[in-house]
Parts: sequence; structure tokens; C-alpha cells
Amino acid sequence: MDDKKRNEAYNKYVKAKIPKTRAWPSLFNSFLVGGIICCLGQGINDLILLWFPSLAEQTAWGYTLIVLIFIASFLTGIGVYDKIGKFAGGGSIVPITGFSNSITSPAIEFKHEGIIYGICVKMFTIAGPVIVVGIVSSIVVGIIYLFI
Amino acid sequence: MYYLWVFLIGGFICMLGQMLIIYTNITSARILVTFVLVGVVLEAFGIFEPISAFARAGINVPIIGFGASLAKGAIGAVKARGIIGAFTGGFEATAGGIAAAVVFAFIFALIFKSKTKS
Repeated sequence: MDDKKRNEAYNKYVKAKIPKTRAWPSLFNSFLVGGIICCLGQGINDLILLWFPSLAEQTAWGYTLIVLIFIASFLTGIGVYDKIGKFAGGGSIVPITGFSNSITSPAIEFKHEGIIYGICVKMFTIAGPVIVVGIVSSIVVGIIYLFI
Repeated sequence: MYYLWVFLIGGFICMLGQMLIIYTNITSARILVTFVLVGVVLEAFGIFEPISAFARAGINVPIIGFGASLAKGAIGAVKARGIIGAFTGGFEATAGGIAAAVVFAFIFALIFKSKTKS
């Protein structure tokens, strides 16, 4: 009984402390930043195809994503991406730059626990599930395509 | 100007992510997982290609594109090499992105210190 009361009080406390994001401005911000990141990606892709016109489309996208991942990783390192993230919310998580950020950020955060148990292990706290779910579902899709 | 479509579609997808955050309080890991799954499903049903031809970076830069290329790699490899392709294709198609994210994260983690503590 006592526990229940305490839990209720705690839940109330947590609810009061969680920062309330006002819906409409944050939706607008995520739209804006997400759109800009996608346009940046399109710009990089167009530049790569301009400089190396012989590249296949798939390869050009590969280079584009690597450049975006590099930029996001660097911005995370110098602490800028977190500031963008505070402003943009989903706009900074959903693009591939958010994936890059989700790997670099814990790697830097847990650096003090050592290279193996800090950087190498914690790197995959968020990216791990993403890769696992992606690989498993792609294998399922591949096997389904084998039979149709 | 196709940049307008890139902006609108890319922005819209990111806004969907933000809606998930606001209305369901799910964490960023779950958002990424959800969008990767959406990409795999879109590619599996052949819906991704027509959207991609039209939206370009607007759908390829969001993590949906990552899921789609996983599925695309698996499907292509299955058709070319049989069942082993289901296991190798997905990783092959996305190896560049994963390797880049890992190696840059490792390098920058060695160089930079955590900013949140200071």
C-alpha cells in the first residue's frame, strides 16, 4: 500500500518534470531541419554526379550517405549536432545523420570507460537494434522473394 | 525544381518522426527501428522505387532509405545467387554506410571529449 502511494507520487513528479514540447512549433522545426538535411544530401549527390558523371546512381548514393555520415559524426564531436537536435527533434533523428549521431554520441560519452568497453561497446547502444532489425527483416524479405 | 519536392517529402517524413515523439513518447532508438522497418516493407512491396524516382534525397536520406537498400540488396542477391544472397545481400548493400558510421564514430570518439559534462 505504501509502495503504491509512493509510486503514484513519483509518477506525478516525473510527469511534472518532463519538459513539455509544444506540439506545433516542434513539428514545424522538425519539418524545416529534416527538409534542409535532405536538400543537403541531394546537393551532395548532384555535386558527386557532376564531378564523376560515370558513377552508377547506386554508387553515387553510397558516397552521398558516407559524406552525410561524416558531417554528422564531426558535428556530434564538436557538440553542434546536439544543439541542432534540441531545436529539431525528429528532424535530426530520422535522417541518416541521426543514425550517425546515435553511434558517435555514446562513443564519445562513454570514452572514459576505456576504448573497448567504452567506445566500442557503447557505440551500438542505439545503432545495434537498428542494424539487428534491419538485417533480420531483410533476410526474411530475401527468403520470401526466393519462393515467389 | 525538384529540390522543393526533396524538401517537402524529406521534411514530411521527419515530421512524422517528431509526431511519434510527441504523441507516443517513444525513444529515438525505437523511431530509427520503426523507420528502417518501414523502408524494408516499402521496398519489399516495390513501393519504394517509384517514390524514390520522384522524391530522390527526400526519401533516400531519411533512415527509410537505409531499410530500403537492405531489402533491395537482399532481393537482388537472392535472385542472382539463391538463398545465400538473403544472408549476404542486405549487409553488402549497406556496408558502406555502416562501416563509415562506425569508423568515423571511433575516430571522433578518440579525438573529442564529451561536451555535456562541462
